[in-house]
Amino acid sequence: MKVIVCIGSSCHIKGSRQVVEQFRRLIAENGLGDKVELGGTFCMGKCQQGVCVTVDDEFYSVTPDTAEEFFEKNIKGKV
Amino acid sequence: MKKFDTKVQHLKYKVLREVAHQAWNDTLLESVFDIPHMIVPGKTSTMRCCVYKERAILGERVKLAMGGDRENPNVIEVIDIACDECPAAGYEVTDSCRGCLAHRCEDVCKRGAISFDHNHVAHIDKSKCVECGACAKVCPFAAIVNRKRPCQIACKVKAISINEDNAAAIDNSKCIQCGACVYQCPFGAISDKSYILNVIDMLKKSQNNEKYKVYAVVAPSISSQFVYAKLGQVITGLKELGFFTVIEAALGADMVAMSEAKELSEKEFLTSSCCPAFVQYIKSAFPSLLPHVSHNLSPMAMLAKYIKKSDEKARVVFIGPCTAKKSEAQLETVRPYVDAVLTFEELQALFDSKDVDITALKEDVLDNASYFGRIFARSGGLSDSVKQALSEQKIDFAVKPVVCDGIEACKIALLKKSKNVLDANFIEGMACVGGCIGGAGCLTHGEKNKAQVDEYGREAFEKTISDAIAVLK
Repeated sequence: MKVIVCIGSSCHIKGSRQVVEQFRRLIAENGLGDKVELGGTFCMGKCQQGVCVTVDDEFYSVTPDTAEEFFEKNIKGKV
Repeated sequence: MKKFDTKVQHLKYKVLREVAHQAWNDTLLESVFDIPHMIVPGKTSTMRCCVYKERAILGERVKLAMGGDRENPNVIEVIDIACDECPAAGYEVTDSCRGCLAHRCEDVCKRGAISFDHNHVAHIDKSKCVECGACAKVCPFAAIVNRKRPCQIACKVKAISINEDNAAAIDNSKCIQCGACVYQCPFGAISDKSYILNVIDMLKKSQNNEKYKVYAVVAPSISSQFVYAKLGQVITGLKELGFFTVIEAALGADMVAMSEAKELSEKEFLTSSCCPAFVQYIKSAFPSLLPHVSHNLSPMAMLAKYIKKSDEKARVVFIGPCTAKKSEAQLETVRPYVDAVLTFEELQALFDSKDVDITALKEDVLDNASYFGRIFARSGGLSDSVKQALSEQKIDFAVKPVVCDGIEACKIALLKKSKNVLDANFIEGMACVGGCIGGAGCLTHGEKNKAQVDEYGREAFEKTISDAIAVLK
């Protein structure tokens, strides 16, 4: 599974670092390191909906507050 | 508000703007010979002896705007016919000499080069004079002047000489592409080659970033530029031009600070590698010190490499204050990552070639780097950042930097190091005085530039280098 978080300016100030850090921690805690590939990109062209995240090319809007819940449902739940 | 420091820059800009305008419209090929006439119409000359010479020189400027002489590897070129052949006799006594009694000039001259005629007027014996300038400094009438060419005065690495036609000539083996001569020549006879056409072509062929994406990487010195508008408007303007997105080169600087700190603690002595003119100077003038040059890519190249890793089809255009970056982008080690380099001057021309009035645009955001990455733009910033990176990585190493502000200061530090008498373990070398904010490709240079960079640094969302680069791992 490929998870990409936008780290461009707009998403960055909406908290993409916190999202990345939470994903990274949760991936490690759940032992999904070899199943989930976490990557970054500088823009997904949907800056209004940031923090922009794609899971296997499917687009989602995430915030630092919803990151954990999102992980359970869309990453851990689908891997 | 004034967009440029000098009229020479403005003239260069007019040529770039027109060339770019025609290129956007696919009409450059048929109009290329008409551009000089568009800029200087009519029969009355405004700058030179006649309109024909003006247009001939403009023709040369058009060539430079289109990439210049492909046979010449140097990105800095002399326009022979534009060189006014300034007097180059060195120190001379002018008719302001009053034939005084004090003869301070004679007393101060260690070479005995000053003599007096029957009117007590001073004369300099050129066979003895070493052009030290001591006589000029002590003359109470300021009667002794240095008739040296502005380009030669600007070129601290002594790469400019005078050829048999009395025009300036650049020694490519000594030139470090800093652009000091470009900025200082009052006739605009020395110029940097432009890659503006490559950028336009790249943007057009991307078909609105569908075939591939074009990323603009902007240097942090942008905070002291385009002061007639907001930085956020410049970012929107770049996207209007067709760039997919804009990223701070300062994020690359954050990455560099971290690895430079590590490398420094391992090697215990290092010279910085961010400034391509400084690195080139070590190559040409102090080759024995080359092993001490940091192995880090520059912030520009470091970030471009990361972008290309995250997006294989990406094209990267660096936009900054620097003419030497144009050269750096051609290095084997950098070429795979950076596709073209533009200066702020050229960006202004690009905006206006498409009638993009940035002051009328909405503000976008630019926030990728930390305070420390951003202050790389000014002298001393790199050293501060390396210090910070050592502490953030908990590396126990006492850095003792020597901050070299301008290539003359670099020369002194390198000379000391080559003789093993330098009391420092890190040389921060910046070829331009003030750091990148003093670069030749800046639109304007002002006393407030440093303060503007610091303020921009403080506005960064991330306060530490570690936090800024946390998203990259």
